[in-house]
Amino acid sequence: MRVTIEVNGRRTEEEVEDRTLLVHHLRDTLGLTATNIGCDTTSCGACTVLVDGESVKSCTVLAAQADGAAVTTVEGLAEGETLHPVQQAFQDHHGLQCGFCTPGMIMAAVSLLEANPRPTREDVRTGLEGNLCRCTGYHNIVDAVVAASGQEVPR
Amino acid sequence: MIPATLSYRRASSVDEALGMLAEHGEDAKLLAGGHSLLPLMKLRLAAPEVVVDIGRIEELRYVRTEGDVVAIGAMTRHHDLHTDGVAGREVPLVAHVAGEVGDPQVRHRGTIGGSLAHGDPAADLPAAVLACDATLVARGPDGAREIPAAEFFAGLFTTALGPDEILTEIRVPRAADRGWGFEKFTRRRFDWSIVGVAVLGGSPTQPAVGLVNMGEAPIRATAVERALAAGATPAEAAEHAAEGTSPPDEPHASAGYRRHLATVLTARALERAAGGSPAGL
Repeated sequence: MRVTIEVNGRRTEEEVEDRTLLVHHLRDTLGLTATNIGCDTTSCGACTVLVDGESVKSCTVLAAQADGAAVTTVEGLAEGETLHPVQQAFQDHHGLQCGFCTPGMIMAAVSLLEANPRPTREDVRTGLEGNLCRCTGYHNIVDAVVAASGQEVPR
Repeated sequence: MIPATLSYRRASSVDEALGMLAEHGEDAKLLAGGHSLLPLMKLRLAAPEVVVDIGRIEELRYVRTEGDVVAIGAMTRHHDLHTDGVAGREVPLVAHVAGEVGDPQVRHRGTIGGSLAHGDPAADLPAAVLACDATLVARGPDGAREIPAAEFFAGLFTTALGPDEILTEIRVPRAADRGWGFEKFTRRRFDWSIVGVAVLGGSPTQPAVGLVNMGEAPIRATAVERALAAGATPAEAAEHAAEGTSPPDEPHASAGYRRHLATVLTARALERAAGGSPAGL
């Protein structure tokens, strides 16, 4: 079927097989390969993107279900050379080790901060429960999200 | 993993969806948020030829009070139900459990109707609607019919819904003045419950207890309810939680372990419903 999706502010219109998953559409049809496929079973959150501003796992959504929606991937966050505050905070606080979970972790964090602009550390841990970091690097990720919310990170 | 070849149809109204079901018969499967069905399709455990997407039917997205019940449209997402003011005040057990399903991403897509119609005994919401004595409304070619929650769950991934019917509404008796408790045990935060227990508290009637993952279908812990009615304390009654159940036996959790867990979690949920804070928590 023909799917029309606004991806990172740009209108895309493509013919895809009805069974195409959103994550494959983003990566293979549109060439946006920052969104990773991790577990492929709705568990790890590596494939998290925003659909109409809310975090979803794009391995568990058909591209057809996103027809007419606005999708944001991590490629769509920065303004030119200026990183999004969440991206900048992940860099400043070293909120990554191997980096595989990072695109999904950042998108989940953006959605979390949209709903809760001043989360506690516990809120952050709960809010990111759908994202796994197999390096177990959660401590710095929580630091980064707290910092991105404009709150002080205890040293 | 990619689903088998399928034909995607999107319905914008219940009537249109019923027409698509009538047209395609047993080859068609309804898709709501897709967070139960799509994982099965990716594993090729389900391979419907036609997928009818009802996830965007606006007329099925609402939470409103109607006399003594809160009516919840079947396509209401877990996130919306969990954060809804009316649901939180009038049917707090259901609103709370909606916020315990999966993780934030899952709750942004998954719907109460999709979860209930899937009939997974490991899902949390069936236990809540059972404990609340909710009524489920289905629409089919011959009109609407009401199904008590106690008669809805027929077995493993099996419900009272016919292949030509759509679950449209969940009617939950208002329970603002009743205590409630929900306890579940998972390996990871977002996992399916190994065992879960939903309790709607005592006033004005006896507590009602629903169990997650203690058999082929979501069930009520009737032995616990009978013991409470006969005057047992919550701790005594909870000892009966596994009676009449047939929990799954698997490497992650044996049936015996689940039976034990059911008694522990039932005691905690009963205590919470009675306004207490369970010991050791």
